Amino acid sequence: MEVGLSHYLTVAAILFTIGIFGIFLNRKNVIIILMSIELMLLAVNINLVAFSSYLGDLTGQIFAILVLTVAAGEAAIGLAIVVVYFRNRGSIAVEDINMMKG
Amino acid sequence: MIIASLFFYLFAAITVAAAFMVISARNPVHSVLFLILAFFNSAGLFVLLGAEFVAMILVIVYVGAVAVLFLFVVMMLDIDFSELREGMLQYLPIGVTIGAILLIELFMVFGSWVIAPETAGFAASPTPPIDRITNTEAIGQLLYTKYVYLFQAAGMVLLIAMIGAIVLTLRHKEGVKRQVVADQVARTPAGVQLKDVKPGQGL
Repeated sequence: MEVGLSHYLTVAAILFTIGIFGIFLNRKNVIIILMSIELMLLAVNINLVAFSSYLGDLTGQIFAILVLTVAAGEAAIGLAIVVVYFRNRGSIAVEDINMMKG
Repeated sequence: MIIASLFFYLFAAITVAAAFMVISARNPVHSVLFLILAFFNSAGLFVLLGAEFVAMILVIVYVGAVAVLFLFVVMMLDIDFSELREGMLQYLPIGVTIGAILLIELFMVFGSWVIAPETAGFAASPTPPIDRITNTEAIGQLLYTKYVYLFQAAGMVLLIAMIGAIVLTLRHKEGVKRQVVADQVARTPAGVQLKDVKPGQGL
């Protein structure tokens, strides 16, 4: 069976759903939640590159590179916040984070 | 062509399986390693799509930087992960429900959706023929001309992320001896005392 655009979109949709599912499943663990966000961004990138390839438009690949940049920055800042939070409270449980308010 | 299809199914299956293991693995270190596997295989998908540059960038940025950062943080923090997994089954039904709804919606979109035939004429920056110019060169010629402001903005995002990560995690410990350049420069020969130290004895 010839692989077409819809095949890639299906893979991306499944990856995105797994990312959402991971956020719900591991609601207490910030690190797994960050990894789920990375999976969702990867699904978006697959969509962008697949459309770029099948429509013959390079802009999609440029966008994918920009999404990659933002994902890297987001991971760095997110993990820095996790490290600071762990130093202060000795745990990374999500339900305790509302104690940071104020 | 059959080889390409075969490789598509191989990469896609491993990507999806690894992504599922990321969210369900018991040990977060295994999660990170499965994340690396998912990234490698999606880089394979990108190569199949003819986007070699993005594929290699994906491997370098995600596997080389982001996943290693995750691994570093997972191993550095002393966390009881089994405690964090409590109540996981409690969230399973709502997670499955929302995931299934989302997946069904996405498939309904894909099932009824076609590309309009005139779309190809609207390409903002059409891909040059691959026998004339490589993918990397084409991206470079586009990124440094038409999208140079976006490129600069991406650089600013990375700079701010770097500064933010340093500001958040840097801390000055008390009682650590540091080099004070001003004190070193301000020393005069009058304040220096020379002592003849015998070997193996000390002062």
